[in-house]
Amino acid sequence: MILLTFLLQTIRIAIPYLLAAAGGVMSERVGIIALGLEGLMLAGAFGAALGSYYGGTAWIGLAGALVAGAMVTGVLAVATLRYKANQVVVGVAINLLVVAVTRFYLRRIFDSASNSPRVAGFGGEGAGGMFASFVNPVVWMGLAALPLLAWVLYRTPFGLRARAVGEKPEAAASLGVAVNRLRLQGLLIAGSLASLGGAYLALDQHQFSDSMTAGRGFIALAAVIFGRWEPVRVAVACLLFAGAETLQIQLQGSQLIPSQFVEMIPYVLTIVAVAGVVGRSVAPASLGKTE
Amino acid sequence: MSTGPVTPPRVGIGLASAFLPPLVALAIAAVVGDLLILSFGEAPSAVFRLLVEGTWGNAYGIGQVLYKTTTLACTGLAFALAGRAGLFNVGAEGQLAAGGFGAAVLGMLLPAGTPALIAVPLCLLAAMLVGAGVGAVPGALRAKFGASEVIVTIMLNFIVLAFLNWIVSSTLHVPETLHTPPIVAGMLPRFADSFPVFRGSAANFTIVFAVLAAVASWWYLFRTRSGYELRAVGLQPDAAEYGGVRVPRVLLVTMCLSGALAGLGGMNFVLGYKGYYEEGFAGGAGFLGIAVALVGRNHPFGILGAALLFATLSQGGLAVNAIVPKQLTDILTAVVILAVATAVPEVQTQLRAAAASITASFYRDARKGAS
Repeated sequence: MILLTFLLQTIRIAIPYLLAAAGGVMSERVGIIALGLEGLMLAGAFGAALGSYYGGTAWIGLAGALVAGAMVTGVLAVATLRYKANQVVVGVAINLLVVAVTRFYLRRIFDSASNSPRVAGFGGEGAGGMFASFVNPVVWMGLAALPLLAWVLYRTPFGLRARAVGEKPEAAASLGVAVNRLRLQGLLIAGSLASLGGAYLALDQHQFSDSMTAGRGFIALAAVIFGRWEPVRVAVACLLFAGAETLQIQLQGSQLIPSQFVEMIPYVLTIVAVAGVVGRSVAPASLGKTE
Repeated sequence: MSTGPVTPPRVGIGLASAFLPPLVALAIAAVVGDLLILSFGEAPSAVFRLLVEGTWGNAYGIGQVLYKTTTLACTGLAFALAGRAGLFNVGAEGQLAAGGFGAAVLGMLLPAGTPALIAVPLCLLAAMLVGAGVGAVPGALRAKFGASEVIVTIMLNFIVLAFLNWIVSSTLHVPETLHTPPIVAGMLPRFADSFPVFRGSAANFTIVFAVLAAVASWWYLFRTRSGYELRAVGLQPDAAEYGGVRVPRVLLVTMCLSGALAGLGGMNFVLGYKGYYEEGFAGGAGFLGIAVALVGRNHPFGILGAALLFATLSQGGLAVNAIVPKQLTDILTAVVILAVATAVPEVQTQLRAAAASITASFYRDARKGAS
């Protein structure tokens, strides 16, 4: 019973990581650094709250999240693909931009500095009992995202081209692949996935609150790197990080390990992974180079 | 006709490329700002007037701008120094916080009444050493294992902030707050102590150290052998190595220096303003350092100017908050970064193309003249 509760809570916490990390894998596999995941998620959360508020249902919220995600992806794509701007700088700027824009319009639209009014989510009160989360279609999307992405990357022509573009764009171009168009497609998929991760947060909490993603985009990025850009490994990394978080929540009060040290786990593991102490993480070869 | 060598006209783009970033940035920011203000149903002219009045219109505003400039100059220098070596130090946020913490702890531990002449340099050293220590981690991992400093610095930010949070919340805090006990030595005087017009503003003499740091960075980069090696590594690491530069060592030293510069910024809040370390005081200044370095073209003196620009925007947000949300200027800051990152390379390419075509047409004319 305790184990089941633990498992269910882990899955609940893992959903936004799984979605955003799937976006991160997609983006980095076509050669674009996924530093903007945090901003994309936050935009998705805001779009979801707006859609759900005005549309009255969570489904319109999801549509709002996708629109918001596509808008941010548009900025990202124009800057990195059209103008070849430095991807690290653009990623940092996107994150700053979305925090500021959502705060600005939070005040413009809801006249609040902290949160939106209550919005509709998925599932009525008490529906599904203990398994309430599974009434939520976003949970299923989260669970499906990375396995589906693995299939797309390794079993479809699009996936083959995407990987070729990420590893050796010149070679892909010489074989007739439109590199920039493929990168744009990859970014749009990435933006949609990450914004759905943000939408999950807003719809689950029935509101948008200021900076509600709280670094989850970076945990997702950590999972991408720790999982060595392989969808299945990344999914395991997301579940691992979410499990650590669940453990910390359930141990709260027991003072066994300070919560701050549990918070550090994803970041420490990622640093260890890139340093290559145990099985090195090697990024896609063209990552960050759009010259 | 003369048969001597023809000298092509000097088509300089140096000056244009130095002043282009801020101009492009300001132009785009003004347009986006207008649109945002109009979307809020206010008059842009009124908002911009308020922004200027609230920042450069009175001594308090100027003082606040100078205070914010100090921290931003330090994190901007940190990013630029690393950038000159081809390194991306996205970790200034953590280095800044850690530096401030180091200064606060030493300021607490020194015997009360230690003369400022001894206490200030010691606290300064503490801030820079702790910052350098945080910078050394990505530096060493990059130098030894080739680990991406972008990833390591991002991850390290979270680790450092969580670690500081643990120390402060578990042991080192004044009850009911998230700040450390006040320092007993090493406090720097505020401007208001000497010039009463600045009363109430946080401006303090840390800014002197920030300017000195800019001068020292310039000297190091452009007048010393180590600085030459640093820039060589940034321009072409393989060639630098072939020329006898020990590249891994340069990478490590550069990250330490970069971390030290960011750590220095922590003095501004701790020694210059509050007199203690407080949870979250860095507040994004580390990330804004990237913007400062970008607009300042990675040049120490350009960075001082760019820091003034972003500090004005930051303080200006508070000034306009009565009519439009203060996040207006945060949006403009992000837009400026995107504008400079995207538009400037594009415009420079155009400028270079134009310069090349002028030179080419000169040679064409010269050939015609000769024949």
